Amino acid sequence: MRELTFTEAAREGLAEEMERDPMVFVVGEGVGERGGNFATTVGLYERFGPERLRDTPIAERGFTGLCTGAAMGGARPVVDYMFFDFALDALGEIINQTAKIQYMSDGRLKMPIVLRGCVGIGSSAATHHSGSYYSLFAHVPGLRVVAPTTPRDAKGLLKAAIRSDDPVVFMEHRGLLSLKGPVPDADLDEVIPFGSATVRRAGTDVTVVGIAYMVNRAVAAAEELATSGVSVEVIDPRSLAPLDIDTVLASVAKTGRLLVVDEDYALCGMGAEIAAQVADRGFDDLDAPVRRLNSLPAPVPYSPPLEAALVPTSASIAQAVRDLLAE
Amino acid sequence: MVVSLTSRPTPGLPTDELVELYRQMLVIRRTEEQLARAHQQGFVHGACHTYVGEEAIAVGVCAHLRIDDAVFSTHRGHGHALAKGVSPRALIAELLGRSTGVSHGRGGSMHVFSPEVGMLGTSGIVGPSILMATGIGYAYRLAKSDRVSVAFFGDGGSNNGAFHEALNMAAIWKLPVLFVCENNQYATEVPFVTVAGNPDVSARGAAYGMPSPAVDGNDVLAVHAAAGAAIARARSGEGPTLLACTTYRTRPHSEGMRDSGYRTREEVEEWRGRDPIKRLREDLVLRETVDSGALDAIDREVLAVAREALEWATASPWPDPATVMEHVYA
Repeated sequence: MRELTFTEAAREGLAEEMERDPMVFVVGEGVGERGGNFATTVGLYERFGPERLRDTPIAERGFTGLCTGAAMGGARPVVDYMFFDFALDALGEIINQTAKIQYMSDGRLKMPIVLRGCVGIGSSAATHHSGSYYSLFAHVPGLRVVAPTTPRDAKGLLKAAIRSDDPVVFMEHRGLLSLKGPVPDADLDEVIPFGSATVRRAGTDVTVVGIAYMVNRAVAAAEELATSGVSVEVIDPRSLAPLDIDTVLASVAKTGRLLVVDEDYALCGMGAEIAAQVADRGFDDLDAPVRRLNSLPAPVPYSPPLEAALVPTSASIAQAVRDLLAE
Repeated sequence: MVVSLTSRPTPGLPTDELVELYRQMLVIRRTEEQLARAHQQGFVHGACHTYVGEEAIAVGVCAHLRIDDAVFSTHRGHGHALAKGVSPRALIAELLGRSTGVSHGRGGSMHVFSPEVGMLGTSGIVGPSILMATGIGYAYRLAKSDRVSVAFFGDGGSNNGAFHEALNMAAIWKLPVLFVCENNQYATEVPFVTVAGNPDVSARGAAYGMPSPAVDGNDVLAVHAAAGAAIARARSGEGPTLLACTTYRTRPHSEGMRDSGYRTREEVEEWRGRDPIKRLREDLVLRETVDSGALDAIDREVLAVAREALEWATASPWPDPATVMEHVYA
């Protein structure tokens, strides 16, 4: 199978969907001729023109509200925030309008909109360009939230997001963007459904659920632990809302131990939700308390040693697994 | 309070259109009177913001719209819904929380949705509907259609960032949108002049490079004329317009709310004297366009429609609680 980077694969998915449906359009700062800050739209302006690759004013609330209206009128907007931190300027629109229109219209209006952007700590981007916010959006009825980790998933889930009649929050971790991986040929038209987790690495002693880039760090930790005879199963939920808890439960039934690793904060976060659901439905399978490993609850600092001190590492994940096995 | 009113154009419309403007305004007035009564009696479960005194704007604008054009409105949206084609029955039933309501009981007064007639929703939050109206204009452009979109909002909305971001984007992309500011001079109970650096709303349209005529919002013919030009402009791809209408709400911000401490009774009475329905009626009779007997007949007919609508709504079933989780997702 050919190999593409995460960004190349997602861009190919976007281009295919734009080719397929003339009502798909992209808005954002620099998504036109420039091709996007993260190269999300390179080469598309030449193919699809300014109306469908629309450079915007720096007005996140404005163009989010605009695209919400466009989705009510039969268009399929893709809002490219560049950094997801910027989408917070549009939070009122997203939560009060985008997420609620289908319900308030009793299903007579659809909301086929994609809200995409980069998340994640690790580039000395400091606190306004490093946030994750998964749980913030997963909390809201009416929104879908996905966080792909491989190029193949990035493409397949973005295609699903664009075809979905629901609003989809599509979060792309900065640490993953340039990583390469196998992607099926374009003519396969692979669309990956929401709510389907995948086992990234099979194991028998401990289940580790990672979110976004933490999947990669969990796999690295698992490799290291394997050398000392510990078998870790790593699960990538891929989509956080809906959440495929069954795959997690099946793994916990096998291992009896669960660690959730999330770069987002612990309080009211995805780890808390996964722990609660496992306690609810998998209590008898647990041989130890569910543990969480998250970034420390502080704004993201700039200086590399400070930044690194905030986030779970493969070493801290490995340690958390050993601690859990000792419970 | 001194308000500059534009000179009134001579009615140049065919008689049947003039009568229809009169009837539409009256439908809104009588329907809301039924709603106010139902609210007093405890049959309206939530808020009820009436449009009494401002009917000329919705009616003067919507007279130019096709059923497939879009209207977006605010918490004070009953008039826009009715003018766009929602029936008095469906509107009243919504406020009564019935399954036959325009939003099937999901919305109440502030979330009126009827895509079937191009009523794309009212909003309980001030501002967003201005952006959504702009966005549906973008979708119409993308679909190469000549449909247009209208955003109604108040003076309060014109102080919101959504207004400014929407006007800018509509102007730079020449979107087929009409922005209608209904400056009733109070944002809830805060006088607009005390919260506007420049209380001339039309100057705000000019700031974004679009035509923005000041219009006497209590004169349905003035609104009709200005809106006609703006909608023709939008439909032909020439871009957006802001109508800066001056008007007044003569009832409290919301039914049942204390209506004192921010305006005088004299001011309210003065504006009652400029009632848009009364004005059109006097105009039509004075100019001998229609005789008062014919208008009396319309009055009786509309009153009967509004009363029947309340009875119908009251007799309508409640929504089935089993449907509460429907349509959270597509």
